[in-house]
Amino acid sequence: MIPDLVTLLLWIGVILIVASVVGRVLRMRLSPNGENEGIENLVARIRAWWVMVILIAVAFLAGRTGVVILFALCSFAALREFLTLTNARRADHWSLAGAFFVVIPFQYLMVWAGQYGIYSIYIPVYVFLLMPIISALRGETQGFLVGVAEIQWALMITVFCASHVPALLTLEIEGYEGRGVLLIAFLIVVVQLSDVLQYVWGKLIGKTKIAPRLSPSKTLEGFLGGILSATAIGAMLYWITPFTPVQAAAMAFVITIMGFFGGLVMSAIKRDRGVKDWGHTIEGHGGFIDRLDSVVFSAPIFFHLTRYWWT
Amino acid sequence: MTNRLSAPLTELAATLCAGGIEVFARLVTAVRAEWVGVEPVPGKRVYYANHCSNGDFVLIWTVLPDPLRRATRPVAGADYWTATKLKHFIGRDVFNAVLIDRTGEGPRERPVELMSEALDEGSSLILFPEGTRNLTDAPLLPFRTGLFHLAEARPEVDFVPVWIENLNRVMPKGEVVPIPLLCRVRFGAPLRIEIGEDRDAFLTRTRDALLAMSPEAAK
Repeated sequence: MIPDLVTLLLWIGVILIVASVVGRVLRMRLSPNGENEGIENLVARIRAWWVMVILIAVAFLAGRTGVVILFALCSFAALREFLTLTNARRADHWSLAGAFFVVIPFQYLMVWAGQYGIYSIYIPVYVFLLMPIISALRGETQGFLVGVAEIQWALMITVFCASHVPALLTLEIEGYEGRGVLLIAFLIVVVQLSDVLQYVWGKLIGKTKIAPRLSPSKTLEGFLGGILSATAIGAMLYWITPFTPVQAAAMAFVITIMGFFGGLVMSAIKRDRGVKDWGHTIEGHGGFIDRLDSVVFSAPIFFHLTRYWWT
Repeated sequence: MTNRLSAPLTELAATLCAGGIEVFARLVTAVRAEWVGVEPVPGKRVYYANHCSNGDFVLIWTVLPDPLRRATRPVAGADYWTATKLKHFIGRDVFNAVLIDRTGEGPRERPVELMSEALDEGSSLILFPEGTRNLTDAPLLPFRTGLFHLAEARPEVDFVPVWIENLNRVMPKGEVVPIPLLCRVRFGAPLRIEIGEDRDAFLTRTRDALLAMSPEAAK
């Protein structure tokens, strides 16, 4: 695992160095005094990417415990952002407290312990049934369904789906023992590169808007260019996965598609709530959910496809 | 003897405690400061804010840059902050609060005197002009007169409106466990009392300036 991981990290390092140089040159040419907002945002984004990549790399090298803790913290931050935008009522106080201080630790503990039979149903079954009971015990009926449904939705997206990223480590694939973090790397690299490439293709040749009301920056050209080039990169990355090149391309295609539509769904929620970003925690990117939306939507599908055909 | 020994220890404990409170506040609220009408630079200021939660002044204190923070003292009720040894330690040693008698037993001009003294010593203040926590549905309660009397006593001081957003949802009244939600603290343009400005005019002007910082006003 280690030599391949190091090779992959070196490649990512090269990409980031190139991106940083391009950002620096663009800034010198077009925005020497910080007057071009697009360039400033690009530079901030690249800087944040460095931080994210370093954090993920450290977690990878720390193994299963490191990855589980990293994603538990991401879930915490994402849930915090999500619930900020909901109508969470006073009467839901204990449900909300439970979501943060019971559900997140328990879900990730089960992922860490590899308890597939528990972590794959804990939130969709147990939490789904128990949390409305806790809220109901307060006796406040106004806005009950909205409050309960929002919390459940928030938990499904930000905790249940996100926890399927570290859960990839628990899959026992023949001939792939001890290389689980590379599967996570494949998922994250392909999906995030797809986001970046959609943005790049869209800027270069984007004309036809796909969903002008949801996300004015998403274009058909960016979508096709991004998905296809990310799929190609996924195929080239087959050496870090248990897949053949063709299988890797198919997997990459599925997760980039899921990632694209995940971004669209999360944009719809943002528009509904009248905000541009989910938060302000990651400089240039917005919130955690702004960065994680595509990974969160693709992770469970990627997990189950891999589990079904390769274990 | 004990006093001479315990002073550095108390200071160390206060520093650690302050760090802990800041980390906790940031973990729960990821609080972000928006300096809309004023820059985070030193000056003789009274930060006056809406008051919905016991944690309000902690949040303002957290977002102030370090040099400003050390020179900024919250104004708080003496009855609450001297009730137990721990509260006394936090109120006096960690936050260096200006403690005010709210029971009405002391002379009426005493609170303004205390606040003026703190300003004269070079401190800035954090003040909640509603006088008590707002537990109603109204965005802001009517201001008490203290803000006006302080402005009259120290007309050269800048009054900076500060809107604290969302903290009432983090810590609703009567709950012990905080819910992590994102909070924002918005600092508006400073105001000063004008020559001959009467009480009602000043209180209305400062109150409107604070309301203008709320997210409802932004919509």
